[in-house]
Amino acid sequence: MIRILFKYLVMFLSLVLVQVLIFNQVQFGGFFNPYVYILFVILLPLSTPRYLVLILAFVLGFIIDIFSNSLGVHSAATVFIAYMRLLVIRIISNREDDKSDYPGLHQNKLIWFVSYVAFMVLLHHLLLFYLEVYTFANFLTTLFRVILSSLFSIIVIVLSQFLVFRD
Amino acid sequence: MRGLLRFLLKNYAFLLFLLLEVLSFTLIYNFNSYQRSKYLNSSNKVTATIYNSFSAVGNYFSLASVNRKLARENAQLKSLIADLPFIRITPYSIVSKAEITDSLYRFISAKVINNSVDKQDNYITLNKGRKHGVKPDQGIVSSDGVVGVVIHVSESFSLGFSVLNKRWGASAKLKNSGTFGPLAWDGSDSRYANLSGIPFHVELAVGDTVVTSSYSSVFPEGIMIGTVHSIEMPPGDNYYQIQVELAVNFRALSYVDIVENLKKDELKALENRIIK
Repeated sequence: MIRILFKYLVMFLSLVLVQVLIFNQVQFGGFFNPYVYILFVILLPLSTPRYLVLILAFVLGFIIDIFSNSLGVHSAATVFIAYMRLLVIRIISNREDDKSDYPGLHQNKLIWFVSYVAFMVLLHHLLLFYLEVYTFANFLTTLFRVILSSLFSIIVIVLSQFLVFRD
Repeated sequence: MRGLLRFLLKNYAFLLFLLLEVLSFTLIYNFNSYQRSKYLNSSNKVTATIYNSFSAVGNYFSLASVNRKLARENAQLKSLIADLPFIRITPYSIVSKAEITDSLYRFISAKVINNSVDKQDNYITLNKGRKHGVKPDQGIVSSDGVVGVVIHVSESFSLGFSVLNKRWGASAKLKNSGTFGPLAWDGSDSRYANLSGIPFHVELAVGDTVVTSSYSSVFPEGIMIGTVHSIEMPPGDNYYQIQVELAVNFRALSYVDIVENLKKDELKALENRIIK
């Protein structure tokens, strides 16, 4: 139990640092803004109490907000996907499958994991980018940014499962 | 009553979700007013210290270009120094008399420890704060031109709007004709900003210089902003739509100066008296 808590604490801190010190500094003409910190919400065990998932998501988004001077924007988007998580999992899972409690890559099928990550990232980025722009003017430009950034985030998150989280 | 209680318990996750979202949106609205968010930005101690220590790593890669810039600026300053009637050097700053206007400006050198260009509202975090004499509403300039304005200070760090922020615009003018108008960023490309409010009768050409006007107390007059990149005359309008190519490369900011107008309070007091 302590080991798991410690693992998630380390993951939380390192994801925040990686996000603000590396991915927030990635600059490709304003179209790629990858947000990979939501991997923390994605990888929480499915049996985690829902209130805990929501509160952790809020704290995570809030910390990212402070670092990027965008108070409330990341918190709103992250709390949203934390709430939608179980619904997303229900949509993409077959009834017959034995579900593992830990929604990682190695505990599940690759295709399942990729679609889970893709759903979560897309929902998060959609809300985040439109909240950040705060207008539906230039709707298509923003949508383009959402799609490009989501692709980037999905690739980074899936690759990270091969490289870092190998247990 | 019991039915209500059962309903609340059953849907507690949804209620908590609503509560947290309402909280987030309240934060979004209140951050816009900028008064209450004293600690919740990247100039607070913890965040700024993290940015500060990591920016030290990245700095090594830009040393060559910083050196070149410094050498060029030194040469410019040497050629100016003969004209300056009054100069005083303090530990953090140089008090000098700007050549064009009567006001006294103080320049505080600072290092950029965090900077974004791709967000809709971009901010700069600097490693100088209250104890170095930085206050809100002071301008930020680099050797290339206007960079932004300070909005928050903590003990030893400060946070500023960059030109690439839709919440702030500098007061600009065309150097040739002296016509002035507001400069604003539209959120798309970090190399360009828009100048509006220049009427059709003013003659201008691509390549004209755009500098700061004398109507703001934030910057000295005549600091470089950029050059005219493209000119459009929208039908049914009386003003040009001018795209300005910014002189500062925001992707490669390293060292900047914070400008303090030492006569700002006097100026504000006078203006307030007349308006009241």
